[in-house]
Amino acid sequence: MNNSLLVVLIASGIAYGTPLLYGALGELLAERSGVLNLGVEGMMLVGAVMGFWAEQRVHAGAVLSLIVAVLCAAFAGMVMSAIHAFLVITLRASQIVSGLALTIFAGAAGLSSYLGSDLNLADVPAHHAFHAVFPSSLQNWPIVGPIVFGQNPLVYASWVLVAAIAYYLTRTRPGLNVRSVGEAPGAADAMGINVVKYRYLHVLAGGALAGVAGATFTLAITPQWVSGITGGAGWIAIALVIFAFWRPELCLVGAYFFGALQALAPELQARNISLGPTELWTNAIPYIATVIVLVLVSWRGARRRLGAPAALGVPYVREEA
Amino acid sequence: MRVTVERRLRQPRWLAVVVPVASLFVALCIAGLVLVATGHNPISSYRRLFDAAFLSNGALDQTLIAATPLAFTGLAAGAAFRMRIFNIGAEGQLYMGAIVGSAAGLWLGGRGGASPFVIAAMIVAGALGGAAWASIPGVFRAFFGTSEILTSLMLNYVAGYILTYLIFQSESYWRQTKGFNATVFPTGKPLPSNAEWPTWTLHTQGGIALPLGAGVTVLAAVVLWVLYRRTRFGFEVQVLGDSEGAARYSGVRTRRKILAVMAISGAVAGIGGASQVGDFSHALDGDPNGLQKQSYGYSGIVVAALARYNPFAVLLVAILIGGLDSAGNALQGADFPSGLVGVIQGIILFTTLGGELLVRHRVRLVRAAESVAA
Repeated sequence: MNNSLLVVLIASGIAYGTPLLYGALGELLAERSGVLNLGVEGMMLVGAVMGFWAEQRVHAGAVLSLIVAVLCAAFAGMVMSAIHAFLVITLRASQIVSGLALTIFAGAAGLSSYLGSDLNLADVPAHHAFHAVFPSSLQNWPIVGPIVFGQNPLVYASWVLVAAIAYYLTRTRPGLNVRSVGEAPGAADAMGINVVKYRYLHVLAGGALAGVAGATFTLAITPQWVSGITGGAGWIAIALVIFAFWRPELCLVGAYFFGALQALAPELQARNISLGPTELWTNAIPYIATVIVLVLVSWRGARRRLGAPAALGVPYVREEA
Repeated sequence: MRVTVERRLRQPRWLAVVVPVASLFVALCIAGLVLVATGHNPISSYRRLFDAAFLSNGALDQTLIAATPLAFTGLAAGAAFRMRIFNIGAEGQLYMGAIVGSAAGLWLGGRGGASPFVIAAMIVAGALGGAAWASIPGVFRAFFGTSEILTSLMLNYVAGYILTYLIFQSESYWRQTKGFNATVFPTGKPLPSNAEWPTWTLHTQGGIALPLGAGVTVLAAVVLWVLYRRTRFGFEVQVLGDSEGAARYSGVRTRRKILAVMAISGAVAGIGGASQVGDFSHALDGDPNGLQKQSYGYSGIVVAALARYNPFAVLLVAILIGGLDSAGNALQGADFPSGLVGVIQGIILFTTLGGELLVRHRVRLVRAAESVAA
């Protein structure tokens, strides 16, 4: 039963969807504060390379070195996002161009690849990696075994994070403040909320999560460093935020759906099932679905109702508000 | 003392030249710091880059090959961004131009058409392919108000998967199906010789091969400049870029204009795709590690931003960034840090963006008392 297509798809959808989820949650925090960051792919790659570097260099037990590696990846992602934050919040540069610049700077042909070759990380086996933590007797339970108990700790941490961010945004004072900063920065400023501080903090937090998303690749999914290892996952993460109407709990559903699509083509091939040009449509569906959702979301009043932050992408200048 | 930033009422013309040049210089300094921090000598790295880009034997040929697609995508990005229409889909539009353009070349060339006629048809087909692909986000933006930023971006990936599918995952018209190699490694069907674009050799310093595509970029730059600066259409589009409301109330048909700008931008990128096939690869390149790894569409945005969206400046900047690209390729491996070129390009974009602040705003130091009085 655990080998049935559906169970395998859900289980691997969760595994492949986890970096998308981390990236999307980070982007969601930034966007809720009104800052669009198109640099997710670049931040992820730098997180991926620095996480792997820390894992290689820290000579400690598996648990400690993996924790240090994840923290290092988060810090690296945060440093990358600080560039974007400074340019768009302080210097009021175009958020679109700055985010793209971040991806060009840090991405597959940029800093991440530079660091990877400079720190000699290519073709090196990982010392430690995140594995499933539950005993195999639990993992062999029908259905819930592979889906719930067969995952690595980063997956469980992401579940906690989804709940925490959902709680933060809807039930806490700072969380509500973030939303007001993203909706109406002028009004938030008049209420005494420090718009600049909130935007900085949430862009930085978003960068940290993007870094963790990258580390999910190099420390769990394929524990090694290859230039451009994320393969466009950062862009899917950005798409996912819109697909999920800017809600953390829907990000989880969307991430696993897109993750399962990634697993679908090889699974179908392994089972000799042919459904037309499988690779083409399983690869393209996340992007096409996002375009369709974008169009639906922008249809008249739907945009507001579905939760797009009203001030998304608009720089805030007190004197000109 | 306090730093204030105020909007300039008028922008001096000299700033438009000085700021990009200074941005470039600052970017090279910052990238130099990165090199020092990672234990490389920045002076020798830069000298090797410059040699490999412009001075060494055949370097200029390679630079022109890299600059041609960048000029196309830079013009495409500039044509849209100037009007505050953020078409970041030049990448996908270039693929579509390559697909449709090579189809025209294969079909008409295979039927033995005269070479100039076949090449002209490839240019038109490439433009149509790119324009059609760009019209998808264009229609969504014009009729549903959907932001073109993410839709055009998402379609880049779809176009990339279609490109790979045509060569690697199907037995399409574009794929070479005959011969021994075809069964080992999938490639595109080679263009017949009457569909290959000619090159001119400039007889200076041992001869520089000038591809037809490079000539087309100059022509495209002139056409774009005239269109935006000297026609009613260009004027209306600029009003639209400054204020959509003002444009609509003064009777500009905003939907048509948005669609037209997207289509023009896509057409230019599409010709770039046709030029890739006709000028250089002579077959559709569907390899995910080939054309798609070059990310000309994204680098074109760097080119356009550094050129401040001026079509003639785009040509110059394309040669500069193209030189950087081709030098990066030439020096790859050995002891040269890979990824350095992307790092430099990214930093150039960052400093250019920061520099924009100085063009649009005045930064002043004011005393506390003065700022209270103001």
